[in-house]
Amino acid sequence: MPIPVSYSVRNLWARKYTTALTAGGMALVVFVFTAVMMLDAGLKHTLVSTGHPDNILVTRRSSGTEIQSGVARAQAAIIESQPEIAIGPGGARMASKEVVVLITQPKRGTGVPTNVTVRGVGTHGLAIRPQVRVISGRMFRPDSAEITVGRSIAERFDGTGIGEQLRFGGRHWTVVGVFDAGGSAFDSEVWGDGEQMIQAFRRTAFSSVAARLADPSQFDALKRRLESDPRLTLDVKRERTFYEEQSQVMSNFISYLGLTLSVIFSIGAMIGAMITMYAAVATRTSEIGALRALGFRRRSILVAFLAEALFLGLTGWVVGLVFASTMQLVQISTMNWQSFSELAFRFTLTLEIVGKSLVFALVMGLSGGFLPAVRAARLKIVDALRAA
Amino acid sequence: MQFLKLVLRNALRHRLRTALTLLGLVVAILSFGLLQTVVDAWYAGAAGAAPTRLVTRNAVSLVFPLPLSYRDQIRAVDGVRAVSHATWFAGIYQDPKNFFPQFAIEPRTYFAMYPEYLITPQEFTAFLRDRKGAVIGRKLANTYHLGIGDTLPLRGTIYPGAWEFTVRAVYDGIDAKTDTSQMFFHWEYFNETMKTRSRSRADQVGVYLVDVTDIDRVAEVSRAIDAMFKNSLAETLTETERAFQIGFVKQTEALVIAIRIVSYVVIVIILAVMANTMAMTARERLSEYATLKVLGFSPVYIAALIVGESVAIAVIGAGIGIAATFPVSDWFAAKVGTLFPVFKVSGETVALQILCAIGVGIIAAAVPGRRAATVKIVEGLRAIG
Repeated sequence: MPIPVSYSVRNLWARKYTTALTAGGMALVVFVFTAVMMLDAGLKHTLVSTGHPDNILVTRRSSGTEIQSGVARAQAAIIESQPEIAIGPGGARMASKEVVVLITQPKRGTGVPTNVTVRGVGTHGLAIRPQVRVISGRMFRPDSAEITVGRSIAERFDGTGIGEQLRFGGRHWTVVGVFDAGGSAFDSEVWGDGEQMIQAFRRTAFSSVAARLADPSQFDALKRRLESDPRLTLDVKRERTFYEEQSQVMSNFISYLGLTLSVIFSIGAMIGAMITMYAAVATRTSEIGALRALGFRRRSILVAFLAEALFLGLTGWVVGLVFASTMQLVQISTMNWQSFSELAFRFTLTLEIVGKSLVFALVMGLSGGFLPAVRAARLKIVDALRAA
Repeated sequence: MQFLKLVLRNALRHRLRTALTLLGLVVAILSFGLLQTVVDAWYAGAAGAAPTRLVTRNAVSLVFPLPLSYRDQIRAVDGVRAVSHATWFAGIYQDPKNFFPQFAIEPRTYFAMYPEYLITPQEFTAFLRDRKGAVIGRKLANTYHLGIGDTLPLRGTIYPGAWEFTVRAVYDGIDAKTDTSQMFFHWEYFNETMKTRSRSRADQVGVYLVDVTDIDRVAEVSRAIDAMFKNSLAETLTETERAFQIGFVKQTEALVIAIRIVSYVVIVIILAVMANTMAMTARERLSEYATLKVLGFSPVYIAALIVGESVAIAVIGAGIGIAATFPVSDWFAAKVGTLFPVFKVSGETVALQILCAIGVGIIAAAVPGRRAATVKIVEGLRAIG
C-alpha cells in the first residue's frame, strides 16, 4: 500500500520558503543547462541549413574554410563540365564560381570593427540556393557594382541600408536590397557579382565552386573522379557536410563549457536538495514513526520521500524551462573561430532539449533526495515515535 | 571571543548540513574563480601588448596581405624607431585540434622589438643559421614534447603543401603574462618557397609591426602611415597592438559576456542554498532566540549571531574554494593546451571570490536574521522547530 502522492506534494507546499529556494536553485541550473544546449543547437541549425542536400562545394585541399581556399579558373572549368552537375534553364551547368573574402565593417551601435563575409557569386549562385529570398529592394544585377546584404548584416552593421555604399576592393558598392536566407549562415553575408569581385580584389583564382547535382546519389562517383584528377588538388564535399564542419570548433567549445558548467552547478543544486530533504526527514521523524506504526512499509516511506525530491526537481525544471524558452527571442552574434567571420544565430529549443533537461532535472532531484529518503526508510519505529 | 565561540559552536551543531553547505560553497567559489580566469585568459593577448607598438594591417581585412615594399616606406616615417613584419601561417600540426599561432617573421628585427621573448644567444644563433629553423615557446614545447633538433611538420591551409621546420630555439616569457605557445620561422625561407609554389603570392607580408620612439607620438605616427598609403592598392589601417588584440576579443564578445553572466549565476545558486540552510537553522532555534531575549540579549545581538554563523561558513568555504582554484586551474590549463596561451588566476579574481563569499553570507542571513530579531518572545517560546 503506497503513501498517496498528495502527501509528498503537500509537504513541499507546507514549507513554501524552503521549497522556493531549493527549486529556484534547481531552476537556475536547468536554465543554464538548457540555454547552453539551445545555443549549440542554434549554431548547428544555422550552419547545417546553409548547405543544400543536393549541392556540392569544392575548395582547395586541406584549406578548411572558403576564405583560405583558392580554385584556379582552369580548375573551376573542369569542375563545371562534370556530367553529374545538373543542367539548368538555358542549358547551362548549374555551378557557381565564388569569391569569398572578409571585409571589416563597424557594428551598428557599438562601432566594433567586425569581420564580415563577402561572397561574389556566379550566374547560378542564386538558383542553387533556393532558401535565399529578397525581402526588400532587389537582387544585385549581374556584372554591376551592386550588392545585396543578408538580413543579420542589415540589422547589425553600419552603411548597409538600401542606397548606402560600402567601400572595399578599392571601389564603392551600392546596396540595392536585403535578402533572407531562412536563418542560415548566408544571413550573415554580403552578396555581389563574382566576376566583379575577382577583379576588384585583383585575384586570379576563385575561392570555391558550388554546384547542384542532377542526382545526389552520384556524389561519391564525382568525388572520387575529381579528387583523383592529377590536374586538381581539391576537396569535394557535400555543401551540407562542409558547413557542418564549420560549426565544429565552436560547437565543441560550447558543449564542453556547457557540460562542465552543468556538472558543477548541478552539484550545488543537489546539495541544496539534500539539505532540504534531510531537514524534511529530521522534522518529520515522529510523523514517519506514525506512518510505520499504521502499517506503511519501509519501501512506501522511501518512495514518498523520493517523490518529494522528484517534485522539487520537476518544479525547478518547469521554472527553468519557461525562462530558457524566452531565450528563443535572443539572437547572438559572434565570430566563428573557424571562418574568422561574423555569424548570427538564435537560441533554438528542440523537443530533444526539452526531454534532456527534464531527465537532467529529475536526476538532480533524485540524487539529492536519495540519501535522505534512505535515512527516512531506515528509521526504527520505536525511536521515531519517541522523537519529539 | 565569546561571540565567535558561540557562532562556531552553532555552526557545528548540525554537522551534516554545515558540511553540505560548505561543499556547495567550495564548488561555487571554485567554479566562479575558474570562469573569471577563462575571461581573463581571453584578454591575455591584449594585456601583454606594449603601448608603443603599432600594428599596420590591410584596411579591408586581415586576410589581405601587404606588399613587401611598404617596409622601407614605413621605416622612413618620422617617429618610427623600428619596423618588422609577421605573416600568419595557419598551418595544421598533425590534427586541426592542435591549434597554435605560427608566424613567418624577420628574426633580427622581430625579436629586437619583442624583448619579452627570452632566447639564449647560442640558440638564437643556431636559429639564424638554419633557414628552415623555428623558434617555439616553452609552453608549446611542453605540450607537444618538442625539443631542440626535432622536426616540426606543418600542413599549410592558406599556403598549400607540406612544410617542414626544425626546432632550433625555445623561448621563455619574461613573466607569466607572456604568450609562450607560439612558433616563429624565417620569412625569407617562407617567401622563397612561395616563389616556387605560387609566384603571385610571394613578396607579401601579413602585418607590419611598428615601434614608435615615444608614447606621445603613437597616434600621429599611425595617422601618418595610413595617409601614406591612401588610395593605393593596399590601403592600411594602423592601430596599437592592444587595440589590434582587443579587436579579436571584441568579435567574440557575446561569448565572453555569457561566461561572465554564468559565473555570477553560480553565485546566485549557492546563495539560494545558503539562504535555505540559514532559514532552517533559524527556524529550528526560534525558541532559543526567544530564551536569549528573555535573558536580556538585544535583537541586534541575535541577528549578529545568525549573520555571523552564515558569514563564518561562507568564509571557510571560500578559503577552501580559493585554495583549490590554483591546482584546478593549472590542471585545466594543461588540458586545453595552447588554446589559452596564458591561464593564470589573478589577484583580482581572488578578491572577487572573497567578496562574493562574504556577500552570500550576509544576504543569506538577512531574512532569517530579521525574523529572529523581531520574533515575539511568546511566539518564539511556543515555536516547535
